[in-house]
Amino acid sequence: MSDLHTVNKSPFEKNSLDTCLRLSKAGSSILLYEDGVYAALAGTSASEKITGALADRKVYVLEPDFRARGLKADRLIEGVEMVDYAGFVDLVDACSKVQAWV
Amino acid sequence: MKFAIQVNEGPYQHQASDSAYQFTKAALEKGHECFRVFFYHDGVLNGTRLTTPPQDDRNIVNNWVELAEKYDLDLVVCVAAAQRRGIVDEGEAERNGKDATNIAPRFRISGLGQLIEAAIQCDKLVVFGD
Repeated sequence: MSDLHTVNKSPFEKNSLDTCLRLSKAGSSILLYEDGVYAALAGTSASEKITGALADRKVYVLEPDFRARGLKADRLIEGVEMVDYAGFVDLVDACSKVQAWV
Repeated sequence: MKFAIQVNEGPYQHQASDSAYQFTKAALEKGHECFRVFFYHDGVLNGTRLTTPPQDDRNIVNNWVELAEKYDLDLVVCVAAAQRRGIVDEGEAERNGKDATNIAPRFRISGLGQLIEAAIQCDKLVVFGD
């Protein structure tokens, strides 16, 4: 089983996403929630980090937090999957452990 | 699956309390077990019954209390963090000579050992906050 990494900070505010991407292993999953959802937007200066990670990791975004910030699904980076809180629970259920990058 | 939840931020300042509540609720609704919710640092401010948000705003403290009543949750506030921030139950009021208590129903004040025990007893510890 692989690890689940959670990132709750915007990549434009803190470097939590960079740390997560540097230390997470291939095959692990990353969940972007709270302000972390901004990393899932296509066409930003941070988008390449996520498209790079998608090569060997799965990236998820928490839909309620994404929508709460007025963001639309058509702005999502291709390959990033939307989950709700039940999906968040399933990701935790399926992983070996959860690492929160704050 | 058996979960433990750690909340490190106070309500209304940071989304962590809302995220932790929504996650815990979703996990319980899916039939998972929540062994304990541990409130640490500013997270202890989730445990004051004196909070009075506007009527059209969510009441985070009451949300926790209602969830705890429905699922018999163990809501534990870190004692050292609580003393610093003025979260007081009857035992703490007596010990520290305070003239009032403010702990919300269903919450209890205890030590960091409760967090360690939860981490050992549970399949997963999920941390919310900074």
